[in-house]
Amino acid sequence: MLFGFSQARKITTIIICLAGILLCLPNMVNEETAEKLPSWLQNKVSLGLDLRGGSHIQLEVDLKAVNAEFLNNLLADVRSSLRKENIGYLNLRVERQESSPTLLFSLRDPTHQNKINNIIKKIDSSLLTSISPDGQVTITVDPIVAKNRSKQIIEQSIEVIRRRIDETGTKEPTIIRQGADRIIVQLPGVDDPQEVKKILGQTAKMAFHMVDSGAQNTGHAGPDSTMLEYVRNAEEGGHKIAVRNQISVSGEHLVDAQATTDAQTGQIGVALRFNNIGARKFAEISANNIGRQFAVVLDGKVLTAPVFRSAIPNGNAEISGGFRSIKEANELALLLRAGSLPAPLKIVEERTVGPSLGADSIHDGRNATVIAFLLVSVFMFLGYSTFGFFANIALIFNMVLLFAGLSLLQATLTLPGIAGIAMTIGMAVDANVLIYERIKEEIRAGTSALAAIEAGFERAMTTIIDSNLTTLIAAAVLYEFGSGPIRGFAVTTAIGISVSMFTALSVTKLITAWWFKNKQIQTLPI
Amino acid sequence: MAVLNLVPHNTNFDFIGKRKITFSIVIVSTLIFMFSLLTKGLNYGIDFKGGVVMEVRMPSAPNIHQLRQQLEPLKLGEVAIQEFGSPQDLMIKFENAEGNTNIPETAVSSIKAILGDGVEYRKIETVGPKVGDEMVHNGLMAVLYALLGIMIYVAFRFEWRFGLCAIIALGHDCFLILGMYSLFPLEFNETAITAILITAGYSINDTIVVLDRIRENIKRCRKITLVEILNKSINETLSRTILTVVTTFLSVLALFLFGGKVIAVFVLPILISLIIGALSSIFVASPLLLYFNVKHGKALDEEEERIAKSLETEGRYEASVPKQFADDGIIED
Repeated sequence: MLFGFSQARKITTIIICLAGILLCLPNMVNEETAEKLPSWLQNKVSLGLDLRGGSHIQLEVDLKAVNAEFLNNLLADVRSSLRKENIGYLNLRVERQESSPTLLFSLRDPTHQNKINNIIKKIDSSLLTSISPDGQVTITVDPIVAKNRSKQIIEQSIEVIRRRIDETGTKEPTIIRQGADRIIVQLPGVDDPQEVKKILGQTAKMAFHMVDSGAQNTGHAGPDSTMLEYVRNAEEGGHKIAVRNQISVSGEHLVDAQATTDAQTGQIGVALRFNNIGARKFAEISANNIGRQFAVVLDGKVLTAPVFRSAIPNGNAEISGGFRSIKEANELALLLRAGSLPAPLKIVEERTVGPSLGADSIHDGRNATVIAFLLVSVFMFLGYSTFGFFANIALIFNMVLLFAGLSLLQATLTLPGIAGIAMTIGMAVDANVLIYERIKEEIRAGTSALAAIEAGFERAMTTIIDSNLTTLIAAAVLYEFGSGPIRGFAVTTAIGISVSMFTALSVTKLITAWWFKNKQIQTLPI
Repeated sequence: MAVLNLVPHNTNFDFIGKRKITFSIVIVSTLIFMFSLLTKGLNYGIDFKGGVVMEVRMPSAPNIHQLRQQLEPLKLGEVAIQEFGSPQDLMIKFENAEGNTNIPETAVSSIKAILGDGVEYRKIETVGPKVGDEMVHNGLMAVLYALLGIMIYVAFRFEWRFGLCAIIALGHDCFLILGMYSLFPLEFNETAITAILITAGYSINDTIVVLDRIRENIKRCRKITLVEILNKSINETLSRTILTVVTTFLSVLALFLFGGKVIAVFVLPILISLIIGALSSIFVASPLLLYFNVKHGKALDEEEERIAKSLETEGRYEASVPKQFADDGIIED
């Protein structure tokens, strides 16, 4: 047993090194061979978007809009409840303020204020009411309820985004939540995200509403209707349509949507199929309103406004007109199939890397790493001869184990990550330098070769551990706070540094022990 | 013997005795950077301000002047167009207009229309101003947390005085690299924050090695002054410091020269800060210990005796002093 190196430790060191080589293998072979490897060897390093090319899109979910809409939908209920209780009110409205949307009105008679709380709670228990002495009522959504709802909305949004992107046929999309109200979508290989952005930019909330014919005639919105833009075409005057706020049949009840072309007229449309609830509602509404105009509203705009000619019993309907091309109809059908987003999305960040830049980066990064390795190896050999050679073998294992670690964690390699690898090469030999300088000092102090080596490893150990652990702290912070590519750097540095402790303290020591046992020399070539 | 004796050993430089001069240099350089930061500020990139960066490869070398005129009607504010790597490659960059909270979505498509067909879009980045604000915030928090974490670790492993000196040296390095971004206006973006944290990682690594030796020598050498201990420790670790700076410098240099344009911009400040990191361990962290009343020599003897006495009753003294330090009271000269 040389240098306090037990048999067990020797075997463990060798096993770790061999396992490292094995785990690196999937990265070295081509795809075909990789597929033949056993499943436990399938893990490999994946490339980040900056290296393989692709689009990174950060979306912000407009949660405020959802809360405002929620309150807007309550307006009619509040109005009817107040009327039923004979409470006079003024200026009933929803305001979208900076912090959170609120529903406001003022009481004609401030003495009514003790009744208000109960009335509002009956409408929705999640509402909070505050009343000022002069009868000004402010209603907001309970923040805890709002928070839970927000969480649900984000999850739902991710689901819808996933379905929409899957429909477009993009491979291996990554869709993750970021912070309180953000979603990150990563699309490898997509170098022109226009199409995807268009699809994500639409809420695709569709509903059937009745047209408020009274208001339609006057041209001004009634108390329960809104003037909505008619997208059909500008030639028809681009006039607005008075649509009742109440939803007659919601798009939630859709089970299928397909683009269609009428064989005779060539008119493009979208065929809809409702589920049982939707079909029943649709049958009821159409039977009760024969001869009346209704509106198909998509994201606050009227798509088409036909008249019910007969009852529609089976839940099959078709929207036609308003489409300029079959592509447009296809897109709407896709959006309707994937479901509507619970809240509007806004693109706040977009980074797209084309495939050629990614390929160049890989090429340059690989070159730089190899050159860094050669430079450091030559320098170490010049500085420490035989011992430098040992350090270089340890450095090779450092790289092998670094890639093994990255594969095992299925980490993503980014461009800053490659920089991290190259820097690791420089810093990894530091552990060896510390050991060797200690050995040199011991020799100069007159210690025998064996004792010098032993003391070198022994005494350098605490320094190596302390200095590397502090660097690891910096890497951990970088990982916690950084975005994708920078996390890649943190991961490679962290694994590289951890591995360098192992390679310097175990691999180099093992090699040195073997060499010393076989040579038994008195003067160290250091 | 080694092929080359690359670094000197057995040096005996008086690093600490000249601390008045070295401190002055540190203070003056810090003031220069501070002045630059206060007057010029940082050249924030679109990561922080929000805006658009496009890297395009034109079918043939374009006339930049003409292109600039063509982009004028789009009213995008100040549009930077520059060659990027080769005459065919262009970088087009503009910031979000003040108060404009929307990503200039139409701007990218308008530029695409002006550039025409056959253009390869190597990279397009659009960042909203809100995202930028968050990045500034996260970046600063990252640096602060890293400093805090490192200080706690050093205070725990050494003692609080060492932790404080290490963190002052580290803060000095971070500040200097920040000043570098301001003085030689380099674009300050998310990778700049990374560069600062890398500097922090390297610098602390280096400082710990020197402090570790000081700690060891304080225990071993009871008969010399603290200044002598500091000088001795720095000289003993000098060869290691130089060797490690060289190997790390070489690998970062390889990145700078062969890693491509993006990497080159990223690692240039790191190259310089490697040297700053090593110098600060010698000229900032170590001499600062003199001002923090670190126990050494006789004071340490007395303290240890006191501890020994209190421990003797419990019979734990043997275990409390590491064997390798238990003898050794003389410096080998």
